[in-house]
Amino acid sequence: MLKLEKRRQPSQVWAYLAPVVAVVATMVVGGLLFAFLGKDPLLAIRTIFWDPLFGEFAFYYRPQMLVKGAPLVLIAIGLSLGFRAGIWNIGAEGQYIMGAIAGAGVALAFYPLEAWWLFPLMVICGAIGGLLWAMIPAALRVIFGTNEILVSLMLVYVAEQFLASVSLGLLKNPEGYGFPGSRNLQQYPSAHNAELITGSGMHWGVVAALIAVIMAYILLNRHLLGFQIRLTGEAPRAARFAGVKPKQLVLLCMGLAGALAGMAGLFEVAGPSGRISIDFNAGYGFTAIIVAFLGRLHPVGILLAGLLMALTYIGGEIAQSSMGLSSSAIQVFQGMLLFFLLMVDVLTNYRLKLAKADAA
Amino acid sequence: MSQSLLSIRGLTKAYPGVVANDDVSFEIGKGEVHALLGENGAGKSTLVKMIYGLVKPDAGEMVLDGRSYVPAEPSMARQLGVAMVFQHFSLFDALNVAENIALGMENPPKPRDLAGRIKEVSELYGLPLDPFRTVGDLSAGERQRVEIVRCLLQDPKLLIMDEPTSVLTPQEVEILFRTLMKLRDEGTSILYISHKLEEIRALCDGATILRLGKKVGTCVPKETTARAMAEMMVGSELHTPSREAKAPGAVRLALKGLSVKSPGEFGTSLKGITLEVRAGEVLGLAGVAGNGQDELLGALSGEILSAPGMVEFDGTPVGGMGPMARRRLGLLTGPEERLGHAAAPDMSLTENALLTGAERRGLMSNGFLKWGKARSFAEEVIARFDVRTPGPEVAARALSGGNLQKFVIGREVMQDPQVLVVNQPTWGVDAAAAATIRQAILDLAAGGTAVIVISQDLDELMEISDRFAALNEGRLSDIRPAQGLTVDEIGLMMGGSHGMEVAHV
Repeated sequence: MLKLEKRRQPSQVWAYLAPVVAVVATMVVGGLLFAFLGKDPLLAIRTIFWDPLFGEFAFYYRPQMLVKGAPLVLIAIGLSLGFRAGIWNIGAEGQYIMGAIAGAGVALAFYPLEAWWLFPLMVICGAIGGLLWAMIPAALRVIFGTNEILVSLMLVYVAEQFLASVSLGLLKNPEGYGFPGSRNLQQYPSAHNAELITGSGMHWGVVAALIAVIMAYILLNRHLLGFQIRLTGEAPRAARFAGVKPKQLVLLCMGLAGALAGMAGLFEVAGPSGRISIDFNAGYGFTAIIVAFLGRLHPVGILLAGLLMALTYIGGEIAQSSMGLSSSAIQVFQGMLLFFLLMVDVLTNYRLKLAKADAA
Repeated sequence: MSQSLLSIRGLTKAYPGVVANDDVSFEIGKGEVHALLGENGAGKSTLVKMIYGLVKPDAGEMVLDGRSYVPAEPSMARQLGVAMVFQHFSLFDALNVAENIALGMENPPKPRDLAGRIKEVSELYGLPLDPFRTVGDLSAGERQRVEIVRCLLQDPKLLIMDEPTSVLTPQEVEILFRTLMKLRDEGTSILYISHKLEEIRALCDGATILRLGKKVGTCVPKETTARAMAEMMVGSELHTPSREAKAPGAVRLALKGLSVKSPGEFGTSLKGITLEVRAGEVLGLAGVAGNGQDELLGALSGEILSAPGMVEFDGTPVGGMGPMARRRLGLLTGPEERLGHAAAPDMSLTENALLTGAERRGLMSNGFLKWGKARSFAEEVIARFDVRTPGPEVAARALSGGNLQKFVIGREVMQDPQVLVVNQPTWGVDAAAAATIRQAILDLAAGGTAVIVISQDLDELMEISDRFAALNEGRLSDIRPAQGLTVDEIGLMMGGSHGMEVAHV
């Protein structure tokens, strides 16, 4: 019989090994899933993990990694700060949408302005849009003690409805022949989040994500505020004893996460996506939760996890088109990653022991 | 105590890095009260957990009533007649006594029958209990009764008690002892773990002494002195804290009618506490657990805010200031709960040193942390207070209770406090470490710090306090000079027996 025994100290080795084991387990079980669906499991795994990087069309897919990875990393960095402090904002998807609407809204309001300051202004407004949306669950928690998990999640659906409404009304392209959706920002030079180097996939969102990783690393490891965030998550009572003000910390963490998610939304709408449309959001806000945990809530880990997740997105799409795998199968596959990670995570704090079933 | 009830032979249990018990053997006779003595980390808890089936020994055997005894889990131990009262109660505040007891039973009888049984058993042993009262409203002494009655309902042959008197007033201890003696007279054996050597002398028939996981001796407590037992535990001569008489200085900390509501539902609100502590003085505050100690510490540390004028530091109102601002002024505190309150369990000692020391020890500038300095501060505390740990990068939860206590008290002491308030500074700490901590407190006072020590250990308070008072249901008794107080007087200051019925034994 297997038994779990609590470790005296969390295992360093397992903290680093767990994501790797989780990825391997996902490949194995995911492969089984694909086999049951009647597909060649080895080919599927190869298509998802290998082809985007080293396949025939890798020159096209590699930049896509940055395009898909950047919003994931940017959002996950923000979420990880809250998660570290025990503040569970799972409504990043809504904050992402609201940031995109706010930033794109500013650009469209000035259409067809040509000015260097328009894009920076959009970024700021995107951040503010996400921040304000995140302030709703934060303020409700601070003032009334509501559960931020529920409130932030519910607000995602509100944001989706709002997105549908503006795509059909306020922000609809007047020259769009009545089709829903806004003007294409890609054709609006001062608002376009263009590739910085053509063909590299590198846009301002990627730069922002990298800066966020570095700043978060410094914050968590070198700054009192980061220490307080970690302390609050590990031992809330000790944090209060140390002088952390829990309410301020909730506002701060939610606000930061919202602002980063909003910025991610803006970079997406002004760049790769181009326009506000009913189905503009692609679930980055939810996938970023997986990315945050897969990356151990550690900035560098999140960077790697974001790239890995982007890989499964791209690989998943290839598998869909070339092998006819259903998109739900790919989503299950991505979900498995988090599932296995949480499972393997137990080993960080516990050790498995083979207990003999004698003397029962 | 003619026959042996439980004999323990060569029990050994090793954890990674430490041997908790090394070849321990002893016998508990039928109807014997046997004491288990030892410093913290000596292996008492591990040994008891093996007897109660919580931990499996690596080697050795136990014989209970002539039969081999290998408890796989506590429920099996209970079935075979071994019951245990833990130091920390495992009761649910919101449930009543009968419900709490039913929760701990394998096949609880109908609530009505159970209530009857509880009344019957509790009165038989002089521990009257109303089965329908909510546990949250009970005093610590009454809660312990619930735990004891829960054990007695199983008709145990062996009752294990882990530090049972740490939460009781002297009068309540008296009641408990009468119950235990009645049990002994009926033939129940008791394994009694305590740090209070005088109690062991009064109650126990035999004692086994552990040091560093090994049995180092046995004695008959009634024929030995407390000092001799303490020295066997420590393995060296005991150092008693020393102090010099001096005239107290100016008032550093003053509480003026401090009243705050407890943040917890079953906490005790503070009601009009007024006191003054002067430079160089130690004020001892006694009281049974749960009479407002935690709340008082919180109100002084800044975790619980009050009206500004209710707490004055050097004449400045600080009642509305948070913990950081108070620390900046020099008002430092040490809470009772080490893990989770004074220290973050999964963080390293370096990080825990930073937890309160960041500002006063200059461990940061402009909010940026200086890890090198934090680490050397942690190392200083470890060295000066003899904290036994491989190094400052170890997680706080990996330290034994006593060692962590030395660390968290040392962390405050070494920040040069103007006023220091500590709650249970030597709780669960072995004799040698307790002496170190008390000496450090006295040295601070000698250097002009005003000190408040909140403690449930009366001997400790009498040893180090200049003045003495007791907390009872959130109120403070009169403050009196510590010298010349009798145990009876102190007991009455603490609230006597809290109106608990005295045993009809």
